[in-house]
Amino acid sequence: MLSRVAEAIYWMSRYLERAENIARFLDVNWHLTLDTPGGRGEQWMPLVSAMGDHSLFVDRELAGNRKSVIRFLAFDPEYPNSIVNCLARARDNARTIREIIPTEMWEQTNTFYHMVREAARDCETVLNNPYQFCDEVKRRDLTISGIAGDAMSHDEAWDFFRLGRLLERADKTSRILDVKYFILLPHPTDIGSNLDYVQWGALLKAISALEAYRRRHGRIQPERIVEFLLLDHDFPRSVLCCLIKAQECLHAITGTPAGYFANPAEKRIGLLTGDLAYSGLEEIFSAGLHEFTDNLQTRMNLVDTAIYDTFFSTFPAIDAASQQ
Amino acid sequence: MLPKMDFDNYDTGPFYDEMFTPDGRPRDGCRLLHGKVESLPPGEIRTRQTAAEQAFYDMGITFTVYGHEEGTEKIFPFDIIPRVIEAAEWDSLERGLVQRIRALNLFIDDVYHQGRIMADGVIPRSIVESSSGYFKECQGLNPPRGVWCHITGSDLVRDETGRFMVLEDNLRCPSGVSYVLANRRILKRTFPQVFETIDIRPVDDYAPLLLDMLHAIAPPAVGRPTAALLTPGVYNSAYFEHTFLAQQAGIELVEGRDLVVADGYVHMRTTKGLKKVDVLYRRVGEDFLDPKVFRPDSLLGVPGIMEVYKAGRVAMANAPGTGVADDKVVYAYVPQMIRYYLGETPLIDNVETFLCWEDKQRRHVLENLDTMVVKAAAESGGYGMLVGPAATPEERAAFAAKIEADPRNYIAQPTINLSRAPVLVDDHFEGRHVDLRPYILYGEDIRVIPGGLTRVALKRGSLVVNSSQGGGSKDTWVLGPGQARQG
Repeated sequence: MLSRVAEAIYWMSRYLERAENIARFLDVNWHLTLDTPGGRGEQWMPLVSAMGDHSLFVDRELAGNRKSVIRFLAFDPEYPNSIVNCLARARDNARTIREIIPTEMWEQTNTFYHMVREAARDCETVLNNPYQFCDEVKRRDLTISGIAGDAMSHDEAWDFFRLGRLLERADKTSRILDVKYFILLPHPTDIGSNLDYVQWGALLKAISALEAYRRRHGRIQPERIVEFLLLDHDFPRSVLCCLIKAQECLHAITGTPAGYFANPAEKRIGLLTGDLAYSGLEEIFSAGLHEFTDNLQTRMNLVDTAIYDTFFSTFPAIDAASQQ
Repeated sequence: MLPKMDFDNYDTGPFYDEMFTPDGRPRDGCRLLHGKVESLPPGEIRTRQTAAEQAFYDMGITFTVYGHEEGTEKIFPFDIIPRVIEAAEWDSLERGLVQRIRALNLFIDDVYHQGRIMADGVIPRSIVESSSGYFKECQGLNPPRGVWCHITGSDLVRDETGRFMVLEDNLRCPSGVSYVLANRRILKRTFPQVFETIDIRPVDDYAPLLLDMLHAIAPPAVGRPTAALLTPGVYNSAYFEHTFLAQQAGIELVEGRDLVVADGYVHMRTTKGLKKVDVLYRRVGEDFLDPKVFRPDSLLGVPGIMEVYKAGRVAMANAPGTGVADDKVVYAYVPQMIRYYLGETPLIDNVETFLCWEDKQRRHVLENLDTMVVKAAAESGGYGMLVGPAATPEERAAFAAKIEADPRNYIAQPTINLSRAPVLVDDHFEGRHVDLRPYILYGEDIRVIPGGLTRVALKRGSLVVNSSQGGGSKDTWVLGPGQARQG
């Protein structure tokens, strides 16, 4: 397929997944807030930090309260990763590949964008209670995912669509873990308390993981949750699961057999997946959870760069052997 | 209480009305539709119009409005009441269009070869070679099957008597066919019952016909040709159409930067290296097609593509150079072309056209500016024109000066009182002027899509139907042979 088209599908998918994850971030924090006794105050800044965009927020001299953070993450026209901007960019990409993606997928993306823009226009309701909006964002993106799975041919375009989504999701799952980490650590006395369980529960719920976790591990135990979100082989939002599937997509695109690599993207994702697959909780906690996830995110960014160089750059390295 | 929607107060005025006879009775082919509309409960037609507009919006068939709040989008105006053309009338139009395209194609081929028609004094050579669509680089080229104009969208209008005439031929990159298909889709959603009872010729086979045509013109040696649609990109106003047609025909949509010339062929850059392209449906004008041959500053084209084209290793629709017949002065000679090449009488007339480069005709034009429509020879989209009766004396004087300064570049036609069709205005119907743009494909043979795009001047009294000038569109129903008289 055309390099330009592959890149557009990949980014369309990444932006949609990003929007969904921001909605999940907001949702988890909203529920944490509801369960936090008043005296403690609400903590919204960790959300901004977890997105890796703390400085963008601080430079704007915005207040770190609930309304301000929700407005920033969901609706800020100047913040490139706000939900409304993610949707605008997903739609811009979708528009350039309208002939590749199923009509239903384009229409869903289009109406999704209009829905978010409408919400942005009169956002006071959402700022006061983001639950319905976040839920709607999640549902609409899941719909697009479903359309992709059931209406797209499972060919190269589909693999690029999944690749973008999986890498974005792996990144965001590692970050959502950070949110909880930031919020809870300042209060070590709470660890093991009722409140702690409630908060971990809210976090799992926000990424649709609570039921799957319960079936796997039963009791809420923070280290098991960390293991579940980073290392589980079956849960579709765990980092390892995302990376393994992303690696499969890459190999499906190139036809390289498993266990081999033919380009930098395959090499980097192979190394990363291998390292993670053979890590245990000990490695994670001895490195420090925050440092571990930070390193994970850096290495995933390198995978993204390698994908760009291998498939999308305007002048891909073309040798005689690769021509068909 | 919502008003009942009927045509009781509808005034056809001194015009030919597409739906009603002068005494106010629905025309034969419109009776079923008329009955259906009148039988709807109060408010229903407005509800359906709104639903249709929402469907366009959801499908993203929109354009961005500049100068408003950022990101404001609008649909192209659409009127829910279709325009009906009866079977016999369409059949004769179709024959006339086929005849016209055949002659135009012979003309273009002649221009770029011996130039017999000019040598025989039927059309002045100076007119042909000064046409902005004439490219001497195309001299001597032989496109596959000798076909140059693969896709044409001629504009037809009716006068007060209901006679169809050709207003202009669009042979470069006629746009709008996606609206024909989208309008039909939306109308089927809106009036499903009507489609069950009336025999309306389908338009959905346009995309397969387009693909057949593209395959038919591929370089002969190619077994299974790869076709692609070349678009200027996402900022082009017809971008929706480009994506839509590529999707419907199942071909790649490419931009200039996706293509590269290597080893004497045109290739697409793909994730797996280069892939050869055999046929391009180009929606990029010649000027921008190849910076090595035409405009050197073009970023939209593909350097070296003309060399490949000349070697017969890539086909293009329309063939570069086709636009020579798009010039409005050249248009005036089409009836002569039909007689010259085919020895036939034109089945559809031109609108009477005065050529300003001829002294006598120019004097006539200048003396009668207040009754005429004057157009620049190379413009389209409703730009560069003067509608005499609607212009102020100052505007007419300014235009007269332009004509005097560059007579070759102007033609004039008497103001035609275009036929009208009812459109929904608030809670009632009013007549608005319409034209018709049928689409003609020429590959193995010539195929005309039934109907085409009915464009409608939504401003009261306006004769300009172009979308850039406040025009909208309607679905066009060509009735099948069996049910033309049902009612």
